[in-house]
Amino acid sequence: MSVIQSKVNTRAEDYLARQELMEQAVKDLREKVGVIEQGGGPSYQERHTSRGKLLPRDRINTLIDPGSAFLELSQMAAYKVYEDVIPAAGIITGIGRVSGQECMIIANDATVKGGTYYPLTVKKHLRAQEIAEQNHLPCIYLVDSGGANLPQQDDVFPDRDHFGRIFFNQARMSSKGIPQIAVVMGLCTAGGAYVPAMADESIIVRNQGTIFLAGPPLVKAATGEVVSAEDLGGADVHCKVSGVADHYAENDQHALQIARTVVSNLNRKKPLDLDVKAPQAPRYPADELYGIVGTDLKKPFDVREVIARIVDDSQFDEFKKNYGTTLVTGFAHIYGYPVGIIANNGILFSESAQKGAHFIELCCQRKIPLLFLQNITGFMVGQKYESEGIAKHGAKLVTAVACAEVPKLTVLIGGSFGAGNYGMCGRAYSPNFLWMWPNARISVMGGEQAAGVMATVTRDGKERRGESWSEAEEAEFKQPIIDTYEHQGHPYYASARLWDDGVIDPAQTREVIGMGLSAALNKPVGETRFGVFRM
Amino acid sequence: MFSKILIANRGEIACRVIQTAHRMGIRCVAVYSEADRNARHVAMADEAFLLGPAPSSESYLRADRIIEICKESGAQAVHPGYGFLSENTEFAEALAANGITFIGPPASAIAAMGSKSAAKAIMEKANVPLVPGYHGDDQSPELLKAEAEKCGFPLLLKAIAGGGGKGMRVVNGLDEFDAALSAAQREAQNAFGNPDMLIERYLTKPRHVEIQVFCDSQGNGVYLAERDCSVQRRHQKVIEEAPAPGLSEETRVAMGEAAVAAAKAIDYVGAGTVEFLYDEDGSFYFMEMNTRLQVEHPVTEMITGQDLVEWQLRIADGEALPLQQAQIKIRGHALEARIYAEDPDNDFLPVTGNLRYLRTPDENAHVRVDTGVIEGDEVSVYYDPMIAKLIVWDENREQALNRLVHALESYRIGGMTTNIRFLRQVADSQPFRQEELDTGFIDKHSDLLFKRGNADIQSQLALATCFALENERSDNLVKGDPYSPFNKQNSWRLNATYARPITWVVGDETHQVSIIEENDCYEITVDDATFKVSATLNDDHLHAVVNGHRISVHGFMNDTELTLFREGDQFKAMQFRPTFDDNEGAAGGSLTAPMNGAIVAVLVEKGQAVKEGDALVIMEAMKMEHSISAPHDGVVEDIFFAEGEQVAEGAALVAVSNEED
Repeated sequence: MSVIQSKVNTRAEDYLARQELMEQAVKDLREKVGVIEQGGGPSYQERHTSRGKLLPRDRINTLIDPGSAFLELSQMAAYKVYEDVIPAAGIITGIGRVSGQECMIIANDATVKGGTYYPLTVKKHLRAQEIAEQNHLPCIYLVDSGGANLPQQDDVFPDRDHFGRIFFNQARMSSKGIPQIAVVMGLCTAGGAYVPAMADESIIVRNQGTIFLAGPPLVKAATGEVVSAEDLGGADVHCKVSGVADHYAENDQHALQIARTVVSNLNRKKPLDLDVKAPQAPRYPADELYGIVGTDLKKPFDVREVIARIVDDSQFDEFKKNYGTTLVTGFAHIYGYPVGIIANNGILFSESAQKGAHFIELCCQRKIPLLFLQNITGFMVGQKYESEGIAKHGAKLVTAVACAEVPKLTVLIGGSFGAGNYGMCGRAYSPNFLWMWPNARISVMGGEQAAGVMATVTRDGKERRGESWSEAEEAEFKQPIIDTYEHQGHPYYASARLWDDGVIDPAQTREVIGMGLSAALNKPVGETRFGVFRM
Repeated sequence: MFSKILIANRGEIACRVIQTAHRMGIRCVAVYSEADRNARHVAMADEAFLLGPAPSSESYLRADRIIEICKESGAQAVHPGYGFLSENTEFAEALAANGITFIGPPASAIAAMGSKSAAKAIMEKANVPLVPGYHGDDQSPELLKAEAEKCGFPLLLKAIAGGGGKGMRVVNGLDEFDAALSAAQREAQNAFGNPDMLIERYLTKPRHVEIQVFCDSQGNGVYLAERDCSVQRRHQKVIEEAPAPGLSEETRVAMGEAAVAAAKAIDYVGAGTVEFLYDEDGSFYFMEMNTRLQVEHPVTEMITGQDLVEWQLRIADGEALPLQQAQIKIRGHALEARIYAEDPDNDFLPVTGNLRYLRTPDENAHVRVDTGVIEGDEVSVYYDPMIAKLIVWDENREQALNRLVHALESYRIGGMTTNIRFLRQVADSQPFRQEELDTGFIDKHSDLLFKRGNADIQSQLALATCFALENERSDNLVKGDPYSPFNKQNSWRLNATYARPITWVVGDETHQVSIIEENDCYEITVDDATFKVSATLNDDHLHAVVNGHRISVHGFMNDTELTLFREGDQFKAMQFRPTFDDNEGAAGGSLTAPMNGAIVAVLVEKGQAVKEGDALVIMEAMKMEHSISAPHDGVVEDIFFAEGEQVAEGAALVAVSNEED
């Protein structure tokens, strides 16, 4: 095993400058997350707790094993998307350990618009289920929601990936032996009633949880029957009469304790079939990543410095070190799990693309999970490269990435532009998880390039018409394009729309990846069958 | 020599006897009650026989059964230990009648010492000094008053049939005598049905000093120095030592010779102990003679280098005394502390429970532990709650005391309350170190010995929290995936810090603790105080650095209850977790026993309708009665125990239906 020798000067001025900017970006992220964690705010929270209910995050803290980590997903979901402020899209999702079993937890936040489903609430719920299905994680639904947000119904109800997909997923996961557990801790109306009804086992809280297809107002309107919510669909009805729920809980705490017992009876064991070894911390502190990477995407850095601060003991065995050097590939361990790392160290050339495809084949053959560290402006362009067939070499990489059946984790540590995003396992390539650093940017091409392309086209047109276009006018033309790209390529914009699974503090990258790998390994690593590689 | 003996006892003394017998090549037969099936003495013996149910009257006191077992097993002799049948004349006679040797004195000697007043009369004849007083049959008040004047004040009026302090009065002067006499007589009449009194000089600063004697069947007798057992609470010895501090050689010889004379006066054979009251002025008076091996015999063994059980066996086999008086030398100083399952801070009430965690000090030439239990054993209500005897020896008293304190600090028992802390306080107290001994020691120095609240509860809780967290971590490995970061138990959160709450209950108080973990270091906030703690836990041993102060403690976590052991002190805290009745919402509910105990009364019948709050069953536990009452209106569906039965904590006692259903 070879150890990466860091060459970073942590006292250099440019290092300190980059560090400061990244620290600010991380601070901003943590502050925003801090606000998001307050859900619907103090007054709604107080109203919630005054009914004897726990706040959704406290429910999760109570549900998971004491001291367990909780890998929250998509904290920034719905951030600045709607006119209404919908923190975390009104639903908290993440992976935590319950009775020793890693579980996907999906908890409605009733302090945010009564826990109703906005389009991004649906998307976040479905993404959590997708992760659960892909990684064989039991699902625990902490239900406390008024159902679809009616004003948004056209973006919530009818389409394939809308509300109905939740129950489709529950049924399909259950059929695959992925346990579905529902804890009804509040409203569970209309479509929402199917969450407990479709669950393998369900728990309901007395005087809090209700399950019905239509609530008292709708019943009265439809049939004139006057009935209280508790009599219509409370715990007594469903545990003693209807059988819609299986376990009767006195209160939230009790319900969560029952859920823990339910999980303890799942009879599941992690099918860990990898050559794991005792983890060792990296030799260099994680927070040096701030000063190494910084926030200016134009400033290059050696990606090995990043790897050295993520992997066990900073040990990294490179593959084809001297070939296709703009892509770094090699083997390492993270929290004892073997991983194959594919990391950009410059623009992609034909050689680097072929090297990447070869390396993915190795990892799939050996069933080693893949970690992609994306910092890519794209494939090399120009006549020389087109004529040597960079398109088909790039296609090999994309084919390998698309077909690989090993767990794939992607972290955007810098730029993610164009086809580079595909070759480096972007969202479309269904990595098990995808996270962004606060300095990362994602778009079809860089803002400068896009503005440049459009300025060239405009200038050509003007020149054909004999019009003049001053440098100043061109700059004025370009700026809004650059601004738009900057805005839409920002991690908050991306994360708000669920293009990723969360914006993460670079200093927590090792933990996040470790947990992602741990979660992914709940599913046995499958056999890969590659498609046709164009030779 | 015998080839096989039966030990008619249990616990540490049975183990102790087996040890010596085995060393001498003698096979041992143990006997046991149903409660002692898996006891250490049973495991140590070569064979073992069941006597009967747990209560002593149905097991260890069953002389007939023991004789049967002797015959069945071929045991040639019976060692009775102490307690149980050890001073039972009929038993000794029955053994003799069956041709089985009793490893103890002849029945006649036991009988002679059985009655206190008769014993004193015999001693008076043998010129053994007695406490001045009157032990006569004439109980006329005038005569008693005259005898009182003769004896001198202060004096003690004592019921002849007495015990337990009933019918006893201290009289400081003649003018108090009449009133005290009639009160004492009345009490004695009520308690024992016999108002007869004896009069004794009351010694103001008496010490309990006893002489170990041995006599062989050839008529020889020796004494093996003395033991001081002055530290007592309610007539039970707490710490014993040998030799007695400050006792002159002349007094030792005088007492020893008096003791041998006493033994010879009753044709004694075997091991016996003559107890004296020893006063400040060097005078001593015969109290009583115990015709058996004493609990505290090890201190004598430690200073004489002799094995007293071996002596007993040789003498019972007819051999002469192993040593002559002149050959018996004493060396150094030995102390014994009796470790009991009892609560010194609650009037020494005995406690019961499981020895879930038991760590004893390392044994060596200086430290000896005599015990009959191992970790996981029960201390039951049926027998004496003594867990062990800790015996230390060193060249002088001061060094021996240091060893005792240190050994007590490394004696750790979790799962029940013990007197270890109290013993340590006694051993380490200035008056004890300075030999200010008398039988009133504990009352006199109670402020030094008993617990006065928990000092510095916040830092104790910081340590407790740290222990609980480290313990939780070592407990919590996912099967099949040992290195997952989810195993780290550090409450990790993405882009945020989570202050994990823990609620501790200490006594009646509740304390909120929150923990932030960063870089393997805890920031623990207890109420309003914050501690920076880093720690490592090896098995039960926690090394913690608390705000820069390195501390080493041991701990034991039993479900939610944590016991921390630190320098002989114990700190107990209960981690609060809400509990729920899973039968809530289901039909009916069961009522469970709050602790181990016995059912003393069943107040309802099956099918009876009851109202919320009606008493259903009365239990006795910890010498207190507890009434179990109906939680709601309903009908008694079932009663699971009858009066007199023993129940374990958590056992369902009664089922009461829910009236709504």
